[in-house]
Amino acid sequence: MSAAATLLAATGSLEPAARSFLSPTGQEIVFLLVGIAVLGSAVVAVTTKQLVHAALWLVVALGGLAVEFLLLTAEFIAWVQVLIYLGSVVVLVLFGLMLTKAPIGRSPDADSKNRWVALVVALASAGTLVTLVVDAFRTSWIDLGAGGGSAAVTGASLFRNWVLPFEALSVLLLAALVGAIVLSRGDKRRVPVPRAGKLRAGRPVGSNGTVAATAPKPAAPAAAEPAAAESASAEPEEKS
Amino acid sequence: MNLALPVLVPVLPALGAAATLATGKKAPGLARPLAIVPVAVSAVLALVVALQLGTGQTLDAATRLTPTGGPDITLALHLDGFSSLISVLVGLVATCVQVYSTAYLKQDPRYPSYAALVSLFTAAMFLVVYSGDLIVLLVGWEVMGLCSYFLIGHHWESADARSASLKAFLVTKLGDVPFLFGIFLLGADAGSFRITDVLAAAGEGKLGHPTLIALLLLAGVAGKSAQFPLHTWLPDAMAGPTPVSALIHAATMVAAGIYLVARLMPVFLLSGAALVVLAVMAAVTMIGSALCALAQDDLKRVLAYSTVGQLGYMAGALASGDREASVFHLVSHGAFKALLFLAAGVVIHAAHTNSISAMSRIPGLRKRVPDAYWTMGIALIALIGLPPFSGFFSKEAVLTAAEHAAKGEALTNGLGPASAVPQAAGWIVLISAALTALLTAAYATRLFLVAFHSPAGAAAAAPQVLPAADRATVVADHEADAPYSPELDEADPGSTEPPAMRWPLWVLAVPTMGFGIAGLRSDWLPALLDGGSLRPTGVTAVTGTGLAVVGVLAAYGAWRSATARLGTGRPAPAAAGRVPGQAGAPAAEVIVADPGRTLLGPLFGPARHGFGVDRLYQALFVRPVVAAARLVRFLDREVVEGYVQGSGIGANLLGRAVRLAQTGNAQTYLSALLAAVVLLAVLVAV
Amino acid sequence: MHLAYPVVLAALLFSVGVYGVLARRNAVLVLMSVELMLNAVNLNLVAFDAWLRDSLHAGQALTLFTITVAAAEIGLGLAIVLLLFRARGTADIDRATALGDPAESLAAEETPTGAEALKGQAAA
Repeated sequence: MSAAATLLAATGSLEPAARSFLSPTGQEIVFLLVGIAVLGSAVVAVTTKQLVHAALWLVVALGGLAVEFLLLTAEFIAWVQVLIYLGSVVVLVLFGLMLTKAPIGRSPDADSKNRWVALVVALASAGTLVTLVVDAFRTSWIDLGAGGGSAAVTGASLFRNWVLPFEALSVLLLAALVGAIVLSRGDKRRVPVPRAGKLRAGRPVGSNGTVAATAPKPAAPAAAEPAAAESASAEPEEKS
Repeated sequence: MNLALPVLVPVLPALGAAATLATGKKAPGLARPLAIVPVAVSAVLALVVALQLGTGQTLDAATRLTPTGGPDITLALHLDGFSSLISVLVGLVATCVQVYSTAYLKQDPRYPSYAALVSLFTAAMFLVVYSGDLIVLLVGWEVMGLCSYFLIGHHWESADARSASLKAFLVTKLGDVPFLFGIFLLGADAGSFRITDVLAAAGEGKLGHPTLIALLLLAGVAGKSAQFPLHTWLPDAMAGPTPVSALIHAATMVAAGIYLVARLMPVFLLSGAALVVLAVMAAVTMIGSALCALAQDDLKRVLAYSTVGQLGYMAGALASGDREASVFHLVSHGAFKALLFLAAGVVIHAAHTNSISAMSRIPGLRKRVPDAYWTMGIALIALIGLPPFSGFFSKEAVLTAAEHAAKGEALTNGLGPASAVPQAAGWIVLISAALTALLTAAYATRLFLVAFHSPAGAAAAAPQVLPAADRATVVADHEADAPYSPELDEADPGSTEPPAMRWPLWVLAVPTMGFGIAGLRSDWLPALLDGGSLRPTGVTAVTGTGLAVVGVLAAYGAWRSATARLGTGRPAPAAAGRVPGQAGAPAAEVIVADPGRTLLGPLFGPARHGFGVDRLYQALFVRPVVAAARLVRFLDREVVEGYVQGSGIGANLLGRAVRLAQTGNAQTYLSALLAAVVLLAVLVAV
Repeated sequence: MHLAYPVVLAALLFSVGVYGVLARRNAVLVLMSVELMLNAVNLNLVAFDAWLRDSLHAGQALTLFTITVAAAEIGLGLAIVLLLFRARGTADIDRATALGDPAESLAAEETPTGAEALKGQAAA
């Protein structure tokens, strides 16, 4: 009995008559408007032909989501969202786009041939999920209280109840860091595919001059690069 | 009495066989001692066991081997006069054969496996003889069948040997299947597989279906002992090496059937019908095989048909209710038939041919193999049944038994009432045995005269020693229309009679000449057996001997006249000077004075081919089976295979279709995955 | 606030992410779409945390963890994309088909034409 009562108290009130969808509160209106913006920018982000624009639209969508977090009283998470997603992830994505020579401007082949299948699958999953959640949570109501997600509360919870996962996560981050470095350094013996001079600027991080330094007696393919550089520098002399 | 001795008798040759097989490749030098010693020791042990057992006593020992749902199977030993007598014979013949084989198969690369199989064969026969349990007996019985298959097919390079071994195996198995059911029925009726229990049950009249049991058992006996409907494998089995023929014909395989009936005689005495069937079977076998033997050109086939006929004698004695006479004949026949085969092996070695008409053209054959000549003569006289050789006494015992049975006073020796044997069986056996005595004398005389005394050979100016290169042409020298079972022959013509081949002949010649005496006094051999009389009686002795003499004289007369006709009709040198390549059937037929042709007249052709029994079986059984097999093959190839291949092709096509999905594009994979997840979620939810 | 609003928004956002993952050709954009999907999940977590008033704040804590993991994921993912780009000269996901079945003649016929069409488009 008491358990059911606490559960009822925890899940908020269940009075559908009092909470009609036709008479939204101000919070809901703001949430709805921001939500439409988020959804719209997300759709543009996944459909636009301009790759860099896609990344920028993603910024809008993720920023909008931060606002939504705020509206759900999770302020700490909202700031984390802004810091990590907007601050680092999108920047990383932009770096990635540039490092892979993503064309600036409209690229007609941004979408693969799989597009129509993808559309069908996405619509189907959207239909299924929306039907499901609407059916399930039609009458649920969130009693939002201020400060539920403040930094103090979140920090206390995090360092009181979630210390161990938190620490484990730090190890995960370290592993990801190391892995990313190892991966992006690449194989030392591999010769980078020769490209036009302009592309040198966008050389991947890691395959820098340390190759020659760390390999005093490099194998033939590794030796090719300095040799090519020497011959390139030697050529003008011969011409002159 | 120490049980270890009789147990060792079958075990030693089996161990010897295993040892020979194990060391045959690595240490070929060990093969010969390993082949001879265990068999010889077994023979000695068998003799010791027989002497220790003495007369009129039995030894039974058993240990349960396997509990079954029904009657238990026991590892039982049963020793009495019959088994000890036959085990001594088996040991003697097997030892002689092993010694003989060391010389006969000197050059053979497969000698170790051959010797191992002979040892195993001997062990199996010992097992059959000593076993007191029908199932264990059956094991030995089947091991013998298997060994005979391998040994007949020893020269598997030749198609003849292959088909002969297959035929022997299949025909004996054809008899073994009813035999197995007979044993089951007997065990079920008697409530035990122990032979002593079975015999006790038979004595108390507890057996429910004696006729059915007896007939089922007779099928197996006919297969193993080569009686009429299933005798066809034996003449073809001559494709095996000659010592194997001696072993199979004299002591082991064919004797097993007779021995089994003798052991189970009380069961057979319960069924008059089975005895009449046995008598008819024996009569047809005797007369038919004697006629066939008279027409054969192949020396070994003559002997094979002779074996079939003599087995008919034994079966006839059994049909007359007298197992003593049967076993008496079995032992004496075992001795002289082994001798005949071993001597024939020597002759064939020397002549490089199986054909007696070809032998008749070889000059001085008689002088090149004197031991074989003399021992063969002795054995042939024993076969004819002239006194005082062993064959005379044993054959007289059979005739006496038949005569008593015909009179309605069968010599059952206390195994059953004399009235148990129908008089018809006695008459059938008596008449056919008398006729067969005549025919046996004729074919034995013909064999001896044609092979050794042909004037064509003596007068021929043919090359004195046949060069080895001519061997093939000589082997092809037999009469073209005669059935012929050549054996691959790698012998060195220079050493025709090595000591290892000569001594066994004389060892076997002793019982051939003297064994018959053993039946004269009732406290000698009969005391070891059932105790009845084995003495020749007046009327049958005179009749039998008289018929034999008539047969000899008739054959001699026919031979003389044929020789005379040949001498006047065509000069011998013209025929003898033939070119080997042109040696054909017409020349051979003309130059050989064959008394069989005169004696048999129009019967000669059919008799030469075994009265077409093979052809009949070919038409009746082989061809339908082959046709059925072809039908099955067709069904398998076209119908069943169609399904199989169809499923394969279907799977292939399906695989090709699925392969199209393997684009390597992760996005399509993921699309399919997510679509399926959505689909599953919807399906589960709805 | 009705729970339906954030939850429906999350579902739609997730589906948009699915579309992006399945339809985008550039691997970096695919990673972006993955971020969208992860954020939809985050939204769900936060909304349910608020709804349930969890004393442990499991939803918010897990959201933080998800964000961290997402950061790690995109770092590693970009590293892999770079590696792919260096090895193949392209970051297009539908051209990294080395694990496919190349032996089929049909595919062999189609692939060059597809590649030529792509080149033609790129040139245009």
